Amino acid sequence: MSALHIVNKSPFERNSLASCLRLAAKGSAVLLFEDGVIGAMKNTKHSDAVANAMSDVSFYVLGPDIKARGLNDGNVIDGIKVIDYDGFVDLTTEHKSVQSWL
Amino acid sequence: MEEEGIVKKFCYMNRKAPYGTIYALESLEVVLIAAAFDQDISLVFADDGVYQLTKNQDTDGIGMKNFSKTYSALGDYDIKKIYVEKESLEERGLTTDDLQALKYEDEDDDWAEKDSLFVVGRDELSKIINEQDVVLSF
Repeated sequence: MSALHIVNKSPFERNSLASCLRLAAKGSAVLLFEDGVIGAMKNTKHSDAVANAMSDVSFYVLGPDIKARGLNDGNVIDGIKVIDYDGFVDLTTEHKSVQSWL
Repeated sequence: MEEEGIVKKFCYMNRKAPYGTIYALESLEVVLIAAAFDQDISLVFADDGVYQLTKNQDTDGIGMKNFSKTYSALGDYDIKKIYVEKESLEERGLTTDDLQALKYEDEDDDWAEKDSLFVVGRDELSKIINEQDVVLSF
């Protein structure tokens, strides 16, 4: 069982996502939620870093937080799975631990 | 008794995305209160603050109040200088089309509807901020 990393801060605001991607072990999962969903969007200054990490970790993003910010599910980086709160719960049960990157 | 007060240039600087923190909502509330004091008000949206003005915000899924519609009421409070930093939009893959169209009615021009949102470059924004008497950060 692998670890689940959850990131709730914008990559423009904090280096939480960068640190998470630097230290997350291969095969673990990263969930972007709250302001963290900004890191899941295409065509931003940070999109390439996320796309490049995709070969090592699997990415998820919380859909309701995308909608709240007026962003579009269709603009999520290819390969990131959009999930809802039920999916969030499933992820926490499917992984051995949850690490929150504040 | 009418007293002629001092009018200062107040700038509200918004640099955070909405909903993740309380800053965006608090700023909006302070702006609406301040509008009652007939001061020269400018709003600036830079960095993640530009996300505050996106259209089609839908907060049903996160159980929080959607306050984005309030921005379109700012014109009625005589707030007609809303600046968005161009570079902040570009870094985020956003364009003016992703933002709400904010307008005010010009009483000196037969209440014609005019734009109150201006996308400005870094240099121009720097000048605007430098001209202010008071800058409040959110």
